[in-house]
Amino acid sequence: MSKVTKEQVLRSSGVNVLKCMRCGKCSATCPSYDEMEYHPHQFVYMVEKGDLEPLLNSDSIYKCLSCYACVERCPRGVEPAKVVEGIRNAVLRQSGMNHIKAENIPDMLDEDLPQQAIVSAFRKYKR
Amino acid sequence: MQRIGVFVCWCGSNIAATVDVEAVSEALKSEPGVVFSTNYQYMCSEAGQNMIKDAIKEHNLTGVVICSCSPRMHEATFRKTVQGAGINPYMVEIANIREQCSWIHKDKQTGTEKAIILGKAAIAKVHLNAPLTAGESPVVKRALVIGGGIAGIQTALDIAEAGFDVDIVETKPTIGGKMTQIDKTFPTLDCAACILTPKMVDCAQNEKIHIYSYSEVTAVKGFVGNFTVSIKKKARYVDTTKCTGCGVCTEKCPVKNVPNEFNLGMNNRRAIYIPFAQAVPKVATIDADYCNMLKNGKCGVCSKVCTAGAIDYKQQDEIIEEKYGAIVAATGFNPIKLDNFDEFAYSQSKDVITSLEFERLTNAAGPTSGQLLRPSDGKHPHTIVFVQCVGSRDTSGCGKPYCSKICCMYTAKHAMLTREKYPDTDVYVFYIDVRTPGKNFDEFYRRAVEDYNVHYIKGMVGKVAPRADGTLDVQASDLISNEQLHISADLVVLAAAIEPDKSARPLATMLTASMDTNDFFTEAHAKLRPVESPTAGVFLSGTCQGPKDIPETVSQASAAAAKVIGLLCKDKLTCNPCVAHSDEMLCNGCSSCEKVCPYGAITYSDKEFRMPDRTTAIRRVAAVNEAVCQGCGACTVACPSGAMDLKGFSNKQIMAEVDAICK
Amino acid sequence: MQVNEKEFKPTIVAFCCNWCSYAGADLAGTNRLNYPADVKIIRVPCSCRVNPMFILRAFQRGADGVIMCGCHPGDCHYTTGNYYARRRMTLLFSMLDYLGIERERTRVEWVSAAEGAKFAATMNEFVETVTKLGENKRLEDLRCKEK
Repeated sequence: MSKVTKEQVLRSSGVNVLKCMRCGKCSATCPSYDEMEYHPHQFVYMVEKGDLEPLLNSDSIYKCLSCYACVERCPRGVEPAKVVEGIRNAVLRQSGMNHIKAENIPDMLDEDLPQQAIVSAFRKYKR
Repeated sequence: MQRIGVFVCWCGSNIAATVDVEAVSEALKSEPGVVFSTNYQYMCSEAGQNMIKDAIKEHNLTGVVICSCSPRMHEATFRKTVQGAGINPYMVEIANIREQCSWIHKDKQTGTEKAIILGKAAIAKVHLNAPLTAGESPVVKRALVIGGGIAGIQTALDIAEAGFDVDIVETKPTIGGKMTQIDKTFPTLDCAACILTPKMVDCAQNEKIHIYSYSEVTAVKGFVGNFTVSIKKKARYVDTTKCTGCGVCTEKCPVKNVPNEFNLGMNNRRAIYIPFAQAVPKVATIDADYCNMLKNGKCGVCSKVCTAGAIDYKQQDEIIEEKYGAIVAATGFNPIKLDNFDEFAYSQSKDVITSLEFERLTNAAGPTSGQLLRPSDGKHPHTIVFVQCVGSRDTSGCGKPYCSKICCMYTAKHAMLTREKYPDTDVYVFYIDVRTPGKNFDEFYRRAVEDYNVHYIKGMVGKVAPRADGTLDVQASDLISNEQLHISADLVVLAAAIEPDKSARPLATMLTASMDTNDFFTEAHAKLRPVESPTAGVFLSGTCQGPKDIPETVSQASAAAAKVIGLLCKDKLTCNPCVAHSDEMLCNGCSSCEKVCPYGAITYSDKEFRMPDRTTAIRRVAAVNEAVCQGCGACTVACPSGAMDLKGFSNKQIMAEVDAICK
Repeated sequence: MQVNEKEFKPTIVAFCCNWCSYAGADLAGTNRLNYPADVKIIRVPCSCRVNPMFILRAFQRGADGVIMCGCHPGDCHYTTGNYYARRRMTLLFSMLDYLGIERERTRVEWVSAAEGAKFAATMNEFVETVTKLGENKRLEDLRCKEK
């Protein structure tokens, strides 16, 4: 299994973790905080440090609801949920579960769910 | 044809070592127009200067070229020298053969060749030099201060102290500004009113100071030393010369439901009101939006109870014009609106308040007479949560990208005062960073933690949710212990970011003063000219330039006053003669120059011209105000018809230099 | 290896604003930092005083390269002058490029009064670039070429 790099996560998430000013508002606002071993602000900080192993092996990446509350409320526009998603993607790609067939997507659509949640949920539960 | 003298300086061995000065003066002798050329050890010495003066007289010189050090060094010296010998100081050009030649080239031949070319370029320029005279403009010895908060008050008092007349224009019915709403001031905790109101009274009593309250600036014309300002005195429907400020009308007025802006709408006032007891000027004002008499002509109670006969329902807005030598902007700040921060439930719960509202709740003159009571039910709050950086340091677009600077300290003050007065209260402060760079500031903050046991928590509040039982669920993160907290609070206080007053932007346009992207006024130089605007004659005082606390505001206010006094002391201003000039015959009236001018020095007017066929035509042409123009030359390039040129650096002069260098 | 009878010496005109770059050039001198004598500086009050005409004139009269130096963006003595200059030069240089004057022969550089070393380094580099390109013949006015 190839090593997941910080650059890979940054590229796939499109997040600049250096914008973070460590206020913790992402974790303050997170509804699944208590379920998570690592919290949104830790994801941002650990990715910045390049400390990816604990995140890759943690259940926290599947506990994130992708509700995007942290993205909405971050005063610096860091988008922590995308970092979580970036890590999650890296894990899924390593296990070869990257692909969603395009023709399968219409069946999965649910009118009540935001599209982002569908995509996120799909990636999470197709473990 | 000019008669030019060339003087080559050795600068000891500084130039002579790598430039053959003899060869330079010899080579330049044969240039057209050069009637005299020599070299000397030190041209800037007394003997060297005398040599120049003698040569001017002896050879009847009209222009002088000096090949020496940088013009930044001795241009002024040599201008004075030639002036002493009777020719215009702007007939001198310097060829920089030291910093830009002898010091950088080791080979003597190379250095000499370059020095000759630089000399030729200077000669070519002098040929086209014209005598320039520095203009003078008179200074009106009166200053205008726009804004009557602590910044404006301090500036006005200092200017008046120096003996100059000064007017304050304040949009509110009273001067005093935000500081009147503040209860105590950090880090000494003295009462704001006790230190501010004497200054307000000083302003009212000082015969050099005139206060235009309930007034605004509507137009500014003119330039440094000579501004003409239109001031609109809004109708307050009370004759200020008759009103004694007794306040009977404010008690008898039947309209009782007007939100009181002095208490941020937390209680009501009448339609006729005096903002607060120590208001200056202490006269009543009728709020036209609420007054029954003004709205439908039915009432007139205030007029009946006024023994002084001061009520005048027919009063109209009045515009007066006044002349000033200097203008100080002191427009101040406001806390931002919190519409973008729904997560803190500010609009949903009365018990979520801003810090300024907290000041009113703890002030003896406030809606609760100084009792800290919850706005919703009037009970004592037992758990209070302070949230820092609400809208400050926010680059997401909801708030302001800068640090508001004062919130750390006033929150420490609020927390400390709460614990002092109500020791049974739990006080939490959520912070991102605690910034206390001021004299005795960090000590103050540590006192809040160590002596008053205020719980400082590193982290941010994510959500405030009102509960059915009237408490507020504060969901926050504690980053140090890495946990998410739920605090059941009775009162949540938001340290809202501060922003420049809305009146600042239109004012800046009127003054042609520049602003940054956050609508703070820009200073002429961030470090060395912090209280002046780049626009000459406009000065900055207080938070209109950037977030500031009271001590800093007062320092800056006094600094601005010192700069104003320095300007008003002068009887006349000498202008830089190297300014733009428009050739009216070429100008096509397109306004391109006006748009690029950073100083607003260019104005257009219709002028009558006599045409070749003996008719007259009216054309729109540009004119440069030489007192305002700083001589940057932006307009000269923007001008499509070539009408605009810069004296001392004209198109022809620079072109001649180019030609001489490229030959 | 190329052997020239006479080494090619380019003619380079540098426009420097009075407040930053001219002072930066002076500082390079004060610090005795070498750069080629081919660079001749013309002092202007601000980079926004540089009329594109001046640059065309320089090329017309046989300049091999023209460089314009001003204060760093945001530091202009006249607040906004260098922004105007930057826009004007962007347009002019692209036009010159279209006319066949190589992009490398023209340059805008921001040099503060404290950057003597940067001034010298810039000039060294610019002269080297232009020297490599050789003589500029594209825009010379042939009428000026009688001798």
